Amino acid sequence: MAEKLLEVKNLKSVYKTRFNEKITAVDDVSFDLEDGKCLGIAGESGCGKSTLAMSVMGYYYPPLFYESGIVNISGIDITKIPYNQLRKEILGKEIAYIPQAAMNALNPTQRIINLIEDVMEEHISGITKKEIRKIAEDRFETLNLPKDVLQRYPIELSGGMKQRTVIAISTILNPKILIADEPTSALDVTSQKIVIKLLKDLIKRGFIKAMVFITHELPLLYNIADDIMVMYAGEIVESGEAEEVIFDPIHPYSNGLMNSIIVPEKGIKGKKLTVIPGAPPNLKYKLEGCRFFDRCLFAKDECKISEINMKYVNNRSYRCVLQVDELKEMYEDGKKPATT
Amino acid sequence: MARNQLLLSGKDVTKIFSNKKKKTIAVDHVNFEFESGEIISIVGESGSGKTTLAKMILGLLNPSSGEIIFRGRPIELKTREKRIEYWRNVQPIFQDPFSSFNIFKKVDNVLLDCIKLLNITLKKDEKYKKIEEACNFVNLRFGEIYNKYPFELSGGQMQRLMIARVLLIRPRLVIADEPTSMIDACSRASILDALMKLRDEIGTTVVFITHDIGLAYYVSDKIFVMKEGRFVEEGFPDDVILNPTEEYTKHLISDVPKIESRWAL
Ligand SMILES: Nc1ncnc2c1ncn2[C@@H]1O[C@H](COP(=O)(O)OP(=O)(O)OP(=O)(O)O)[C@@H](O)[C@H]1O
Ligand SMILES: Nc1ncnc2c1ncn2[C@@H]1O[C@H](COP(=O)(O)OP(=O)(O)OP(=O)(O)O)[C@@H](O)[C@H]1O
Ligand SMILES: [Mg+2]
Ligand SMILES: [Mg+2]
Repeated sequence: MAEKLLEVKNLKSVYKTRFNEKITAVDDVSFDLEDGKCLGIAGESGCGKSTLAMSVMGYYYPPLFYESGIVNISGIDITKIPYNQLRKEILGKEIAYIPQAAMNALNPTQRIINLIEDVMEEHISGITKKEIRKIAEDRFETLNLPKDVLQRYPIELSGGMKQRTVIAISTILNPKILIADEPTSALDVTSQKIVIKLLKDLIKRGFIKAMVFITHELPLLYNIADDIMVMYAGEIVESGEAEEVIFDPIHPYSNGLMNSIIVPEKGIKGKKLTVIPGAPPNLKYKLEGCRFFDRCLFAKDECKISEINMKYVNNRSYRCVLQVDELKEMYEDGKKPATT
Repeated sequence: MARNQLLLSGKDVTKIFSNKKKKTIAVDHVNFEFESGEIISIVGESGSGKTTLAKMILGLLNPSSGEIIFRGRPIELKTREKRIEYWRNVQPIFQDPFSSFNIFKKVDNVLLDCIKLLNITLKKDEKYKKIEEACNFVNLRFGEIYNKYPFELSGGQMQRLMIARVLLIRPRLVIADEPTSMIDACSRASILDALMKLRDEIGTTVVFITHDIGLAYYVSDKIFVMKEGRFVEEGFPDDVILNPTEEYTKHLISDVPKIESRWAL
């Protein structure tokens, strides 16, 4: 088995709002990331994808708080070390993060090269501007990014170019793991493909070893991820190999998601799309039983009262009281969950 | 509403943005004819001019040259009355639903205002009945929105609410500029569903702007492909998407992630 670069166990993170509410946005999440892999995280808006990413990075700034669980990066549980050590030894070097909408958050008054200087000077003491420039130019060249971008300001770059630049900057220290949160959602398809190619190139060239890719675009995820994890209302409801989760989902929610995929392929036109009515539960309440309960066509009384644990079948896992066979049978009967 | 009648047309519609430094031809002599009761998709890369064209159709920008004709007459929005009249017939659904709602107003009141716009007198419970119908139509439960402010709703709920709003107004033309880009696959399905219902049950014409070719292929009756301010290819979805003739269209389609086969990366 390949080396585990990242190990997350029973992680729980909460937002504490000024109304004294506690929103559990990441609830008992566990997963591993192995060397060479790209793990995709899917799920609808507000299910906790970005919060999970921030938690794994140890970015606990109010109102976000760590509650419990373990995040092992290269053998160190980062939830147990002081923030200074995390910042100096782990962030940027072992693990790097491209936040959602990062490309629109670049400091507009600094040239790209200055942004790179900031990153490198913080981590490599005594490094000179000249050395930084050389490293930056080499990296841009290897990644097919025009070198003159280094001297430009963020507003002088197109969306796609900005996003590629952000990726190049955040991986300049060769972190083992890269977490990319919706890096292509604001881009058109052509720029999107170029960005994805760049990310894959980073792994191929060994600049990074593994990646977590967050998006709600399932066809996109299928094209880049080895494994897919589906989140719903702060929990993981299914995970497995990309191929299996996309073509043969187990959980009723994943099944609904996969049935709403739209691609420009023959046979799609005229296909009835699955619409899951209603909305996910509010995470500020203490939730009991299955969180998908009131949107699920197969819900029974026990779903609401019993605690639903993950079930493991071969290399896959899912969170539902029903057995795989029972679910499969219902999907085959055409009794798709919550069809309109 | 009557179907398959010419509703909106454009003749050599052009928009040039210029400042001291440079001149951008955002929309370059485009011609089009949209009929009533059809969904027309406009697809193209970022910066190809889609939003600029949409704003001209909505009367939010004036063309630099050319003419947009709505129901036989060039659009003319000089007076307040003319504008109100036009916007009763032509309604937008924008990309960012939050910027389209007054944050200080409860959303059910926004829907009540739409009914006022119709100049009909209804009792209170009749009004709420209409609102509830509109909500059901877009898969929103009335309870999800009642007594709520915009920021208490999710992006997907807001986007569906915008469609509910349009439903109450029953315009002849809806311009939807990337209405689904912020939301996940499931809520997206319910929005597409709602747009198709608008067309099928009310006979509204929907101009659907997107860079997602899969969605365009799925919902539309006709597709226009825009590149650098011009329409480079147009026609029925099965022709344009499954058998494109232009290199640019082929290129766009090949960049869309698919599930039949994976990208070689
Ligand atoms: N600063 C905050 N204060 C309180 N609650 C928050 C805050 N940020 C996020 N939340 C809540 O936490 C939950 C998870 O949000 P998160 O941003 O992680 O979702 P997401 O899956 O990344 O969604 P999206 O696809 O829209 O990016 C949501 O219910 C959200 O309302
Ligand atoms: N107010 C403006 N002033 C100057 N240039 C503008 C203005 N609005 C748009 N442009 C330019 O016009 C061109 C077309 O822009 P437009 O927003 O219509 O593209 P789009 O197809 O909607 O792109 P996207 O897919 O990114 O939304 C771009 O080059 C843009 O930079
Ligand atoms: Mg997010
Ligand atoms: Mg636009």
